[in-house]
Amino acid sequence: MKQYLSGDEAFAAGIRLARPEVISAYPITPQTIVVERLSDMVEDGSLDAEFIHVESEHSALSCAIGASAAGVRTFTATSSQGLLYMAEGLVYASGGRFPIVMMNANRSTALPWNIYGDQRDSLALLDTGWIQAYAQDAQEALDLALMSYYIAEKEDVSTPFMVNLDGFILTHTYEEVDVPEQADADAFLPRYETENCFDLEHPKNMAFSAGPDTNYIFKYKEHAALLRAVPAIYEAEARFAKIFGRRYTGLIETYRTEDADQILITLGTIAGLSREIADELRAQGKKVGVVRIRYMRPFPTQEIADAVKGAKAVAVLEKDISFGAAGTVFTNVTSALQAAGIGIPAYNFIGGLGGRNISHKDIEQIFALTERGTERVTFIGLEGER
Amino acid sequence: MKEILWLGRGGQGAFTAAKLLGAAYAAKGEVAYSLAFPSFGPERRGAPVRAFTKLDSKPILDRSETVLADYIVILDETLYAPSLQDGLKQGGKIIVNTKKEGPDWTAFDGDAIAKELRLPVVNTVMLGALSGVSDVVGIKDLEAAIDAHLAPRIREKNRLAIARAIEEVRR
Repeated sequence: MKQYLSGDEAFAAGIRLARPEVISAYPITPQTIVVERLSDMVEDGSLDAEFIHVESEHSALSCAIGASAAGVRTFTATSSQGLLYMAEGLVYASGGRFPIVMMNANRSTALPWNIYGDQRDSLALLDTGWIQAYAQDAQEALDLALMSYYIAEKEDVSTPFMVNLDGFILTHTYEEVDVPEQADADAFLPRYETENCFDLEHPKNMAFSAGPDTNYIFKYKEHAALLRAVPAIYEAEARFAKIFGRRYTGLIETYRTEDADQILITLGTIAGLSREIADELRAQGKKVGVVRIRYMRPFPTQEIADAVKGAKAVAVLEKDISFGAAGTVFTNVTSALQAAGIGIPAYNFIGGLGGRNISHKDIEQIFALTERGTERVTFIGLEGER
Repeated sequence: MKEILWLGRGGQGAFTAAKLLGAAYAAKGEVAYSLAFPSFGPERRGAPVRAFTKLDSKPILDRSETVLADYIVILDETLYAPSLQDGLKQGGKIIVNTKKEGPDWTAFDGDAIAKELRLPVVNTVMLGALSGVSDVVGIKDLEAAIDAHLAPRIREKNRLAIARAIEEVRR
C-alpha cells in the first residue's frame, strides 16, 4: 500500500513488518520519530513487542544484547553522540554474534555541537564488526529494515546490522513509499531461530573470556562471517525482488559508469543529485558516471574495482574526515584500487559536514577538478576560509 | 519540476500544508513524484519557519532546499520581504495571506475564510488558494490527502477550507 512517509516513519513501518520482540531505545534528534512511531505501534497493539524505555544509549544497546542473548529478534536506533556512547556495546554485540538491527540517523559529532546530518558518526565505528548499509531514499530505508534481519540472522553470518539514514535529508523528508503487506513480509522473513541463546535445557557458556591462545580464532571467525554477508546480501535481494518486485544491486549501485572517464564514488542521499549532474554533464559530451556505495561493511573491494577499471580518474565525495589522514571512505576506496592494480588518480572531496548543503555547483566542480587533477584531499566550499 | 516554498510561523502548519500538497500530488499515480520537507532544525512556536514541496513527473533526486521557487506561499504577511522576489523562477508567483493588494504579490485574504470556518490556522486555506491560483493539484486530490493525513474530527472543516479558497480565487 502506498503511503506518504518520512524516512524515519518508513523505517518504523519496515521494523513493524519484521516483528521484533524487543525494542530498546533512547531518543535523539534526528532519530526520535522512529522510536516514537514504534512506541505508538506497541501501545496501540499493532506491534506485539516489548518496548523498553531506557535511560541512555549505552543501556539501549546493552538491553538489546541481553534480549538477543535470550533468543529473540531485537531492534534499537540512535544517532551521533548516542552512537558514540554505544561504542562499547557495539563490539559486545558483534563479538557475541548477536544479529541486532539498529537504525542510525547519520548526524554530525561534537564539538562544535550540531544536530544536522553528516556521516562522521557511523564511519568512525566501521571497525566494530557490524554490517553497515547506507540508504538513499525512504523506500530503500524501509526495504533495508526487512532485508537487514534476513542477512544478519543467516546462521553463517550472525552479525549485527546498522542501517544508516542521512539525518534530516532522509529521516525528515516525506515521499511516497510502498509499504508491503504483512503476509508478504512474513513470507520473506522467517522467524528468528538460534542456538546462540540462553537455554535451560541446554546450558552453555556465553559472552565469555578468551585469552591469547584462542582470542584470535574468534576474531578470524568474525571477519569470515562478515565476508559471508556478501552472498547473504545477494540472496536476500533476489528473494526480496521475487516477493516484492523491487530490485537492489548489492554492495554498490553504478550509474553510467561503463564508458566513463571520470567516476564519482559516494554514499547516501547525495548520490541522487550526483546522478542528476552526471546526466547534465553527459548531455554536454562529458563522459562521467557515479558509483553509490550501499554497503561500507562488508566493503565492496572487487565491485568498486570492476566499476572504475576503465576510468581515467575517480573522485570520492563523503560527509566525513579522518583528521590527519583523509576521508575514511576514500581510504577504503583507494585500498580497493590498489588491490586490483588500478593506478588511476583518486581525489577526495569532503563536503556536507554539520549538514552544510552540497549544491549542484559543488558537484559540477568536483567532476571538473577530477578531470583536471587537484589536491588529494579537498574540503569543498572552503574558498577564503583557509 | 515545480517547487513551492512555504513561509509561516511555528504553529501555523506551514509544513502540514507542504506535506498535504506533496501527498495529494504523489497520489495522482505512476508519473507523479513529490518530496515534502521542513527547514531542518529546532522548532519554536512563533518563529519563522520554511517548508518545501517539490513536484515532478519523474523521481526527484535533488533533496536540497529550493533556491528558485515557482510559488512562494506566505501564511503570515509580516514574513514578506522584497528580497523574496530573487528566489522566484521567471513567471513565479508569491501568494500572501493579506488584505493588502500590492504589485509584487497575489493578495489572498486567508484569515477571513479561516475566521468564517472557525479554523485556528490558515494553512489549508492557503493550500486551497495555491490550488486555485496554480492548478498544480486539484481539489479532489487535496481532499483525499486531507482524509489520509488529518485527524477525523478536523477533516470536514479543512476540506471546506480548500473548497472555499478555490471558489474565492475564481470569483
